[in-house]
Amino acid sequence: MAEMLKAMTALGANEPVSVTVGPVTVTERFDVALASVAARRGRMAELGAAAKVAGLPLPGPARFLAGTPYSTYWVAPEMWFVEADLASHEMIATTLKDALGDAASVTEQTDAWVCLDLAAPDLAPLLERLCNVDFSGVPDGHATRTMLEHLGCYLIKHGPGAARLYGPRSSAKSLLHALEVAAMSAF
Amino acid sequence: MTQSHRIAGGQIDRSKTLRFTFDGIPYQGHPGDTLASALLANGVRLMGRSFKYHRPRGPLSAGSEEPNALVELRTGGRQEPNTRATVAELFDGLEANSQNRWPSLRFDALSINDRLNTFFAAGFYYKTFMWPKAFWEKVYEPIIRRAAGLGSVSREEDPDAYDKGFLHCDLLVIGAGPAGLMAALTAGRAGKRVILADEDFALGGRLNAETLTVGGAAGGDWAAGVVAELATLANVRLMARTTVIGAFDHGIYGAVERVSDHLAVPVIGKPRQVLWRIYSKRAILAAGAIERPIAFENNDRPGIMLAGALRAYANRWGVKAGERVAVFTNNDDGLRTAADLKSKGVEVAAVIDGRDGAEVIDTSGRLGLKSIRVRHSNGRIEDIRVDALGVSGGWNPNVNIHSHHRSRPVWDAAIAGFVPGNDGPPGLVVAGAAAGFLSTHGALRTGRDAAIAALGLTGAAPDLPEAEDAPVCITPLWHVNHGKGRAWIDQQNDVTVKDVKLAKQENFTSVEHMKRYTTLGMATDQGKTGNVIGLAVMAELTGRSIPETGTTIYRPPYTPVAMGALAGRSRGKDFKPYRLTPSHHWATEQGAVFVEVGNWLRTQWVPKAGETEWRQSVDREVLATRKSVGICDVTTLGKIDIQGTDAGAFLDRVYANTFSTLAVGKCRYGLMLREDGIVYDDGTTARMGEHEYVMTTTTANAVTVFRHLEFCRQCLWPDMDVQLISTTEAWAQFSVAGPNARKLLEKLVDQDISDAAFPYMGAGNVTVCGGLRARLFRISFSGELAYEIAVPTRYGDALLREMLARGAEYEPIVYGTEALGVMRIEKGHVAGGELNGQSTALHMGLGKMVSKKKDSIGMVLSQREGLADPDGYRLVGVKPVDPNGRLTAGSHFLAIGAAPVAANDGGWLTSKVYSPHIGCDIALGYLKGGNAKIGSRMRAVNLVGGTDTEVEIVSPHFFDPDGERLRG
Repeated sequence: MAEMLKAMTALGANEPVSVTVGPVTVTERFDVALASVAARRGRMAELGAAAKVAGLPLPGPARFLAGTPYSTYWVAPEMWFVEADLASHEMIATTLKDALGDAASVTEQTDAWVCLDLAAPDLAPLLERLCNVDFSGVPDGHATRTMLEHLGCYLIKHGPGAARLYGPRSSAKSLLHALEVAAMSAF
Repeated sequence: MTQSHRIAGGQIDRSKTLRFTFDGIPYQGHPGDTLASALLANGVRLMGRSFKYHRPRGPLSAGSEEPNALVELRTGGRQEPNTRATVAELFDGLEANSQNRWPSLRFDALSINDRLNTFFAAGFYYKTFMWPKAFWEKVYEPIIRRAAGLGSVSREEDPDAYDKGFLHCDLLVIGAGPAGLMAALTAGRAGKRVILADEDFALGGRLNAETLTVGGAAGGDWAAGVVAELATLANVRLMARTTVIGAFDHGIYGAVERVSDHLAVPVIGKPRQVLWRIYSKRAILAAGAIERPIAFENNDRPGIMLAGALRAYANRWGVKAGERVAVFTNNDDGLRTAADLKSKGVEVAAVIDGRDGAEVIDTSGRLGLKSIRVRHSNGRIEDIRVDALGVSGGWNPNVNIHSHHRSRPVWDAAIAGFVPGNDGPPGLVVAGAAAGFLSTHGALRTGRDAAIAALGLTGAAPDLPEAEDAPVCITPLWHVNHGKGRAWIDQQNDVTVKDVKLAKQENFTSVEHMKRYTTLGMATDQGKTGNVIGLAVMAELTGRSIPETGTTIYRPPYTPVAMGALAGRSRGKDFKPYRLTPSHHWATEQGAVFVEVGNWLRTQWVPKAGETEWRQSVDREVLATRKSVGICDVTTLGKIDIQGTDAGAFLDRVYANTFSTLAVGKCRYGLMLREDGIVYDDGTTARMGEHEYVMTTTTANAVTVFRHLEFCRQCLWPDMDVQLISTTEAWAQFSVAGPNARKLLEKLVDQDISDAAFPYMGAGNVTVCGGLRARLFRISFSGELAYEIAVPTRYGDALLREMLARGAEYEPIVYGTEALGVMRIEKGHVAGGELNGQSTALHMGLGKMVSKKKDSIGMVLSQREGLADPDGYRLVGVKPVDPNGRLTAGSHFLAIGAAPVAANDGGWLTSKVYSPHIGCDIALGYLKGGNAKIGSRMRAVNLVGGTDTEVEIVSPHFFDPDGERLRG
């Protein structure tokens, strides 16, 4: 099956790339499965119950909640993006659909995005040159849609020095370039 | 000449010497100097020429309000014109040149304008260059442009980088003088997130330029102490060299940080400047006040400065502006200058106090002040030999940013100046001299109180240090009534009292009219020193009060901003991000030619060895596809996942044709209209499940269609159960077209895809290569037996290589957008040229697709009489009668023998290609009454391209009109 076709990362390599500029390290994550879950109209209660059984947290607006096997962040009213380990959830959309039934619309999103983990002692000086998120002002677990270098992205704060960034996959190289020059500029 | 005018004291580091040049002559200065202070220290007063009369000029001020001392800094790509020497921080190796002069600063040929000044009064060119009319553009304007203007650009690319960024704070404090420092200290100690921004490289404002004490310490030392404390607070961000340039909506302020302007070149990787967008909950404007001059005859000679500037050069930079100095003032502050200079050992020859009736009435000195002529209160006229004169006409609170939302400042007679009104930007409080509190104590107190009020602080506030609290003692004196010579108001634009009088005489008495008629307050300094005098003179002339006369509108930016800072990183190849298709790497390996389609880089064609001209590649790709099989990356088409129990009904409303009846596992071509009935977009939509559809859009409209659908879902029909999400990038999708398309795919797809099992317009989930999830659609844009196959994007590159390898026996080729265009035009499919935002389904020959059995967006308005005209435009095919005839897109249809005028226009060619199957150029076009004209002959005329070709009007379906191939 899939082994017959060699996967290519969003940055165009066989293996995920990790780049360090000054104190900033950008690591491409190639092991994260992603799907969207949106409540069908008027079925939020059902979705909530099914999600609980499935181990799917459903955080409030602008929030990320870690869980097992699923971690989730809010993207729109009654809509979330769900992360899981790709190795065990390559068919994440199918698995979620089976778990949530008709209460939700589920869409595969894994390859729609490039997933980048950002690490530095403090990421605020980097991110303030890229987007209008008040990174040092928001709490850990803050998740928001924002624009970086003209690209609509999701930014999740895991700590002052840890964040995950989802950007449009086709622009992965442009996004990485923007991160690199901003890191050189900021530090 | 080594710093002949340097005196003791000042905030310069004398342990280090910096070398710099001005007009090629080497000089020396010290860290802490500006270019102006260093030049003055070296006895150089002449720094520029004025805009219109080319009058010799030196610095008037010691700050960003400077109208005169404009220079070109650096050379080559870094050359920047119109830089104020008064704020240019000195660095080792700095190269500065004077501007707006020829051949040299001292001997400027165009200073003849000064002799001819009677011809160059305000409005002269409006009146003078009226005839002959044709001369304006060709003769007058080029000459005037060459003569006028200030600095020049090198026309080389700027080698530096510029950043943009976003900052957030509870309190933005604009200006780090006593008021700003006190506000920042109050808020910072209270734990609030504070940004303190100041345009200067040294924080402290006027405290650095005065000998006043604060809390028993020298003002500059007190400021340094506060800055040191603020620097220890993690919640306070100190931003020196940062000019807040404007107040925008919702507490957002623009600011330019000059990161590297004080260095010869930026550190590698660092930007020259950063344009910050500061999101503040509250802001305090503590921008201080700007001293204004007094207008008198020949008040613009080098050596005549604002009194506060003379003081600043002496106190902050250890520079005496002259050997023998006089002061002309109408307020006590001017007297402070005389006292400070005297204490520094500078000879003060005279203090002329306008309040006593004494006035300076004229000056002399061609390239620099030599003497002043004083009329004493008793009428006695005296010439006094001085080489510097400090002038103080009072201080104008710096209300600029407070007025960016059109707030009108109000007149405060006590200080004879405008102070901020009550209708400034929400959340912005003004403190210190900017609010009209001109004493140090007033600044400290109002700065602290503003922070408390703005943030609602309740805890203990910092104690107020002891400081002077002298009252303002001023008698307004705007201009000296004497003589017939010129007395400058706006030195940058060479606007004199006479010009304002002329404006009044010609009835341009409104301040806005006066500004445009005289150019008062325009250009790089925006009249910071001249505006109030100008309108005071107009008030006097018209018999109105100054507040009745009013002010002009203040607009951002506060000081000039480099274009690079506005552009940021968006330039050259980084102008926008690129989107790369899944086949990009393969295509790059093959030497493919790419075309920009929005942000996408799509393969345009893939040249093979020996192909020297693009048509060879494209013709080959088309012929090979129609002969066997071709593969095209169509990932760029928009893909929207539409789910929910109302998904079918939703599609019925957004599409002109019906989708709710589409069977699961089938797809259908859909036409989407705008509200006005014009075709918006087209594409195929597949029903993947009972409540699950996948819509494809054109590449160009992928985002706008998604936005449109979200608008429909959220705003028009929020009661529908529909969920939308884009999956454009989640799937790598390839069109596989040609007679051998199925045979090729059968080598990869795990399921039966025979015509019976997977008929024309079939769609479904399949697996490839032994289990990889994939989607297959049997749709055709080329007119061939064709499929579109999609796999998760990460496998797109591998799938393409696998298709080429496994299908090698069919000699598959990869074709690009050019071949795609040829085949779709051969087939008569509409695309960008036809989906032009002004055509209906009827025009495209797709009128029957607009179902009237249901309501849909645009259905009703598409039936409008004008749009439904049977003689209106119809899509037709076009061939040249002579197969060698050339067609050009955009050509207009004309009847044989008709004159090429608009009245005879029959329509136009929308898309044109060379068809290797037909063997000639072919085109699609909109032709009035086109259906009835099929078979007739017309002309395709392009007056711009110079072509006039006789053409045959044919069916738009050039190739396989019955669609036998695609159903094969």
